Amino acid sequence: MSNPDDKKKYWLDEPKNIDKIYYAVLVLCVLIAIPDVLSLLNIVYHKHIEFQMENIFEFYSLYGLVCYVALILIAKKLRKVLMRSEDYYD
Amino acid sequence: MIEGLNPGFILIFGAVLIPLTSGIIRSAVTLILPLLALAQLYWLGLGSWGHFDFLGLTIEMTRVDPLARIFGTIFCIASFMGMVYSLHVKDTMQHFVALIYMGSAIGAVFAGDMITLFVFWELTAISSVFLIWASRTERAYKAGMRYLIMQVSSGVILLGGIILYYQDTGSIAFTYIGLTGLASGLILVAFGIKAAFPFLHNWMQDAYPEATVTGTVILSAFTTKLAIYALARAFPGTDILIPIGGVMTIFPIFYAVLENDLRRVLAYSLNNQLGFMVVGIGIGTELSINGTAAHAFAHIMYKSLLFMCMGAVLFRTGTAKASELGGLYKSMPVTMVFCIIGAISIAGFPLTGGFVSKAMIQSAAGNADMVVIWLVMLFASAGVMDHSGIKVPFFTFFAHDSGIRVKEAPLNMLLAMGIAAFFCIGIGVYPDALYALLPYEPTYHPYTASHVITSLQLLLFAVLAFTLLMRYKIYPPELRSTNLDFDWFYRVPLKWLALAIGRLIVIVWTWIIGIANDVVRKIITTTADTHGDGKVMARTTASGTAVMIVVAILGFVMVFFYRYAQQPPAS
Repeated sequence: MSNPDDKKKYWLDEPKNIDKIYYAVLVLCVLIAIPDVLSLLNIVYHKHIEFQMENIFEFYSLYGLVCYVALILIAKKLRKVLMRSEDYYD
Repeated sequence: MIEGLNPGFILIFGAVLIPLTSGIIRSAVTLILPLLALAQLYWLGLGSWGHFDFLGLTIEMTRVDPLARIFGTIFCIASFMGMVYSLHVKDTMQHFVALIYMGSAIGAVFAGDMITLFVFWELTAISSVFLIWASRTERAYKAGMRYLIMQVSSGVILLGGIILYYQDTGSIAFTYIGLTGLASGLILVAFGIKAAFPFLHNWMQDAYPEATVTGTVILSAFTTKLAIYALARAFPGTDILIPIGGVMTIFPIFYAVLENDLRRVLAYSLNNQLGFMVVGIGIGTELSINGTAAHAFAHIMYKSLLFMCMGAVLFRTGTAKASELGGLYKSMPVTMVFCIIGAISIAGFPLTGGFVSKAMIQSAAGNADMVVIWLVMLFASAGVMDHSGIKVPFFTFFAHDSGIRVKEAPLNMLLAMGIAAFFCIGIGVYPDALYALLPYEPTYHPYTASHVITSLQLLLFAVLAFTLLMRYKIYPPELRSTNLDFDWFYRVPLKWLALAIGRLIVIVWTWIIGIANDVVRKIITTTADTHGDGKVMARTTASGTAVMIVVAILGFVMVFFYRYAQQPPAS
């Protein structure tokens, strides 16, 4: 399966391109955060809401970020309790 | 097309052709049968057929209404995709049981009464286990056994519920039941086992990753969605389903983060997606039931797509473990593209199937002012972004280069993935086609500026969280491991208990047998002691002595009766 002669360099093999992706994600997040600023200033975009808390500035962005980090951190703690060797049941 | 024929029978009877054919003819048969079933479904239109009385029960073999039609439609399409995906397989048994399994799931959807439902319900269980056993490994055999026990239990509980329900109401019609007592409770539990309710869920994570490459793809589409259909039919608006569904959306995502076997990650993710559907059924409004049906449809597309991608990876590399994979974008670029389409679709990015379907359930919770479940589902949506949206494609195709270089997936697999990917995007771009199939009047509009922007905010910031966690090396590494789940209870203590009881039974049995042996031996020795050769009871006597004894007894009797028996009774 493994082919050591495969010397072809891919774009992602370059560490600085990984950095580029990282900055691209940052830029995307800044862009998608802008509508909430507009909504705050009542320009063009108005959030359609069902609950009051949705009015919190950048509610969805913060909720996504916080939930994701919380999920990973809790899962890491859970791993200490739940993890066993691969052949545990065998 | 045959008037009133349940479309499921086309696949079930058609399966008989599999052992009789081979090569290209068999391939043609496997592809045509699901299409015939779909044609039969739309040729029938809406209505009800096949009524007859059986032991005083009214059987309704075929009923097509909008709720059954949307599930039947997606089942037929999923059957077709599954068959395309397994075209390269040369295993008569797998094709045969796959068709029976698909056919019985479709048959169950169109069952108008609960006896017909029960028969198809059990048939899905019995046929599907062979797709697990077809791996022909020790692990698969054991996992299949556990799977079969759970599935058949579901059927037995369902039958018990049906009998009690019939006693209570005198009806076996499969319509709205509602949670009212023991009978309906049993039926709910039976559906709950197949729908992988919390604590009843492990059969799925246990067995699906052990099935064959193609078997898992096929399994993932039918059993659980059949249960969702049954719940939507019988228990819409049942409040308890909201917390149950809420738990289902949350707890599997933690396991999905930790799990190493990517097919098992997808099984946990499947469990989490079922949670959204169960919540939708629990809310029970027209919007939420529409949402559940639409989500089941979109879900089968992207979940099949993801299972197909992981199946192709397993097929080519021999493993689906995140710790072993990485860098596969170099050798399987087409599979990678399909996998990413599945991933953004399950995460619910705009222009994909997940976006237009899940939002209905989310919105229904909002309309009903259910703030807790609304937040729970939003949290779960961020979680989906992690395990299926990022983890599955990232650790397979990117991450560190594992050095594995393989060929691209076989053409038939790519074709099946292409069909699924087409639907994932197609539903997202043109949701009206899906909405037209929904059980109630579609009123929902997914593409509002607000909805698109808030969804993107949630998802992109989740991606940001991932990149940050990766960059600062906080994201947990993929490790070869087993993570304890509820199945620990029946795979360790319950197994120990069962074995202990077994040992106890052996001890008691040996003891009883020992005592019985002793008793028999005692009887034999005593008999030998008294009746044995030359012993008291076996001694022979001379005739003279014998006559003497007889005469003596005779004399005694005569004297006795002469002296006492002739006297009149005392007055």
